[in-house]
Amino acid sequence: MKMKNWLSRGYIALVMFFLYAPILVMIAFSFNDSKSRSHWAGFSWRWYEKLLGNDMALKALSITLIVAAVSAVVATLLGTAAAIGIYSMRARSRAAMMNFTYLPVVNPEIVMGVSLMLLFVLCGVDLGLLTLIIAHITFNLPYVILSVMPKLRQMDHHIYEAALDLGCTPFQGFIKVMLPEIMPGVMTGFLMAITFSLDDFNISYFVSGDRWQTLPVYIYSMTRRRISPEVNALSTIIFIVVLVVLIIVNINDARREKELKKRGGRFYD
Amino acid sequence: MKSKITASPYILWMALFIIVPMGLVAYFAFTDLKGNFSTVNFQQSVGFAPVIFNSIWLAIIATAICLIIAYPLAYHISRSTGSRQRTFIMLVMLPMWMSFILRTYAWMTLLENNGLINQFFGLFGLGPFEMINTTGAVVLGMVYNYLPFMILPLYSVMTKIDNSLIDAAGDLGCTPAAVMRDVIIPLSLPGVNTGITMVFVPSVSTFVISKLLGGGSTMLIGDLIEMQFLGNAYNPHLGSALSLVLMVIILICMALTNMFDDAESKEGMLI
Repeated sequence: MKMKNWLSRGYIALVMFFLYAPILVMIAFSFNDSKSRSHWAGFSWRWYEKLLGNDMALKALSITLIVAAVSAVVATLLGTAAAIGIYSMRARSRAAMMNFTYLPVVNPEIVMGVSLMLLFVLCGVDLGLLTLIIAHITFNLPYVILSVMPKLRQMDHHIYEAALDLGCTPFQGFIKVMLPEIMPGVMTGFLMAITFSLDDFNISYFVSGDRWQTLPVYIYSMTRRRISPEVNALSTIIFIVVLVVLIIVNINDARREKELKKRGGRFYD
Repeated sequence: MKSKITASPYILWMALFIIVPMGLVAYFAFTDLKGNFSTVNFQQSVGFAPVIFNSIWLAIIATAICLIIAYPLAYHISRSTGSRQRTFIMLVMLPMWMSFILRTYAWMTLLENNGLINQFFGLFGLGPFEMINTTGAVVLGMVYNYLPFMILPLYSVMTKIDNSLIDAAGDLGCTPAAVMRDVIIPLSLPGVNTGITMVFVPSVSTFVISKLLGGGSTMLIGDLIEMQFLGNAYNPHLGSALSLVLMVIILICMALTNMFDDAESKEGMLI
């Protein structure tokens, strides 16, 4: 039994090494005092300084953040409304709508990218911020619906009906009863939308045009031209930001779980 | 709760930005440059059959390797204690939060002819090996990028397998191998199916990994499509036809995995 345990730990460690070794190497070489990506020439911050002076990269970053924020908010609003609407449909049309919702999820991203590009080009819309936001809302919507839907199903809808019987208007009933119940799903959907939006390359690549590159598209054009350790510096910053956010979220979750356990409540994740 | 109406903006949105664009792709695929109906694009696509089969083949290899690596890993994680599980799953997800362009770029620097891996081999007097710009590098890139997509659905299914089931099978005389075959594998099949789809679909349609790690050596169907829309070979008609071919490939893949799946366990598996 001991032996088996040791083996399984070793295996997990090996896969983690595979997942993290490239990232760690990249982080190490972002501090390298030379352009080389294989010879260590001493510690320096020069690539970080160069990155901060790079207007193109900073512009790409701000575009990425704007597109992610706007598309996630719109997708969350539209998607939550849609989930409620679909939930109140009859079984057959509900199933049809859910299959329809899965369509963009399973459709390859490149096909979605080129199809949207065709639409925009044919309609004479200039590729840019607007097309980016529209595309991001489109691929984020299904994820919001898919994360709100299970919460709607778990909800006891008698409570909502009781609220109406006791004199709530449907809108009040929604705000006071339904929304608090489905809020965890709405938040999950929102966070997923932000994540997918920040990370997306395949679709943005086709709808961004030359002047409105998001960060992944900009990084791609950087790696195509001439590779500079600035990319390493940028990835290191992104990695550390993500790491900090994940740790905070995780600690928060763990604490909330503990508190809920103490009070004997249920935990929704 | 008669609020079906709240779904209408969504339906309108998806009609405009999913259905209409897909219709355009279909229209372009079946017309020639002058706009007349023709199947010339599909005839041209046949000429690219080697590229298409190569894409499918590489995606199958990458998916198989992901499954082989991920299955024992997901199992071991699912049998750890609660807080450990949380940590491991966070560790699996963390790289996914970095842009996959950056992760692929990291491998570019490792695999180079004078990169770190070749330097390491050089210490023993081996190499340098030709690693970047090979088909192997492309498969490696696929495995590295999409491995978490295999681990997570497997884990989410396996973590629901009750330990007492495994104990019971053991008590009733099953050998560990038989427990694996008769209990764990059947119960984890829905996760296997989801994982296969989630790795195969992005692998077969990628164009970035083949460009960055394959150089010019490996052409995939994704590269072909990209070239028709943004590259030198500008021809959206052919690109649309190839997109339809890609969608058919993926539909076949999903139909194949669905054959081993019962419909009710579908929902909520993707996330």
